[in-house]
Amino acid sequence: MDWNFIIFSLVKIAIVVGVVQGLVAYSVLAERKISAWIQDRVGPNRTAPPFAKYLPVLGPLLTRWGMFQPLADGLKFLFKEDFTPAGVKKIYFFLAPAISVIPAMLTVAVIPFGSQIGAQKMVIADLNVGILYTFGIVSMGVYGIVLAGYAANSKYPMFGGIRSSAQMISYEISMGMSVIPLLLIVGNLNLSQIIGWQSSHGWLVLYAPISFVIFMVASFAETNRTPFDLPEAETELVGGYHTEYGSMKFALFFLAEYSNMVASSAMMVTLFFGGWTLPFWGLDHAATSLGMGLVQILVFLVKMLFFMVIFIWVRWMFPRFRYDQLMDLGWRRFLPLALVNILITAVWLWIRS
Amino acid sequence: MEAINNWISCGGVEDVLFYVFAALTLLCGILVIANPFSRNPVTSAMFLVLTIISMSGLFVLLHAFFLGIVQIIVYAGAVMVLFLFVIMLLDLKEELRRKIKMFGLVAGLISVGTVASIFLKSLASVKTDAAPPALEGDTYALGKLLFTQYTLPFEIVSVLLLVAMIGVILLSKKKLE
Repeated sequence: MDWNFIIFSLVKIAIVVGVVQGLVAYSVLAERKISAWIQDRVGPNRTAPPFAKYLPVLGPLLTRWGMFQPLADGLKFLFKEDFTPAGVKKIYFFLAPAISVIPAMLTVAVIPFGSQIGAQKMVIADLNVGILYTFGIVSMGVYGIVLAGYAANSKYPMFGGIRSSAQMISYEISMGMSVIPLLLIVGNLNLSQIIGWQSSHGWLVLYAPISFVIFMVASFAETNRTPFDLPEAETELVGGYHTEYGSMKFALFFLAEYSNMVASSAMMVTLFFGGWTLPFWGLDHAATSLGMGLVQILVFLVKMLFFMVIFIWVRWMFPRFRYDQLMDLGWRRFLPLALVNILITAVWLWIRS
Repeated sequence: MEAINNWISCGGVEDVLFYVFAALTLLCGILVIANPFSRNPVTSAMFLVLTIISMSGLFVLLHAFFLGIVQIIVYAGAVMVLFLFVIMLLDLKEELRRKIKMFGLVAGLISVGTVASIFLKSLASVKTDAAPPALEGDTYALGKLLFTQYTLPFEIVSVLLLVAMIGVILLSKKKLE
């Protein structure tokens, strides 16, 4: 560890956080556009800064695609009055949005988003317990929601917080269990090594499809997205845990939700779909040139965007679960299925060895 | 520049981080039980979470990554969330009014004394010249030890947890068929 290491790490952290923020901003736009297409509407198509109309072709095109919308949304959130309702528990009310954003940002630290550029590995922290780290950080995310529900001192946010804590604990177990077959197959907890194994043996989704299904559904529940968005179910709980929040504090919850989406898409790509590798054009081993390094980062981003679109698509295609159905699915369907999956994988590996 | 490089490579950062995490652990630990500003159980629970997180920071500084992360997953991520879950459903106002009882104080002091004496004894028995044990966060080695050398204690602990779980189910069921 020396001076160089610190500088390069800081640069990588800055770039990754910046890219994740950009992805979050534009995934909100994507959410609005895709929902519009699904419901046969147009979506955001007219927000534009004054200079846009002077750009010849590009200006109207970008305006029609709504490319300036995230900017307007962000400015609106920043300049709205930061209102604190009477009777809230002040300290927790201010802490809760921060507590929910920080874990969401921390998860990306261990995810390898490319092989290497020059001598630098494209991962912020190459931990040898990478998967466990993400589970630990994800499990911290629940505090933001629970505290938001508690701090608001009103009944619907409280229901939201309590629902969320029960839901996230239940699905964390299925999620953790669903990853164990991968660890049995690969024999390593390091995410870079898992990608390495996949580049020589094929993507893990082919070896453990049940794991992938459980992991994906559990990550929908962990990110509080439809069909499992019971903590914020508008029709029952007004707005759930963020009913009493407004302006930038509300935007932080939004940010946390979409960052969690980015992080879980990245985890799915890394664990099941070979991360930055592609089985052809020599993209399956560490890059030797700058161009290859950049292409591999691009491959990772494209795979990740695919899962982001699935997240958004599912939200607008499926109705919300009832709470007892959610618990039933988590405890009585997925947990036994995950346990059987572990057993089958272990037996299969034992027979093959 | 050279001086900073030297300081970093001699483990200066680790030293500073150790003191930061140790101070945080102690401070938050005290604030869990004796918070002068609030007697709110939720605040105590949140400080307990902070204590656990800073303690896992200490594990990471010892290169015991696995222990550090498991600490966070199990205690901060699961146990404390359930704690909060229960605390939030209780009537907190009664707890705020409760006075500290003499019996509780004496019992607490006795248990603290016992734990402290165990710690002091184990600290005294440490040989300072011995090489530090290999504590690298190697999950493979840890798993192997758990299933070979320490199988019996491991199994006993899991049976204990099972007994506790069955006990809770029995107690929480109002009517037994």
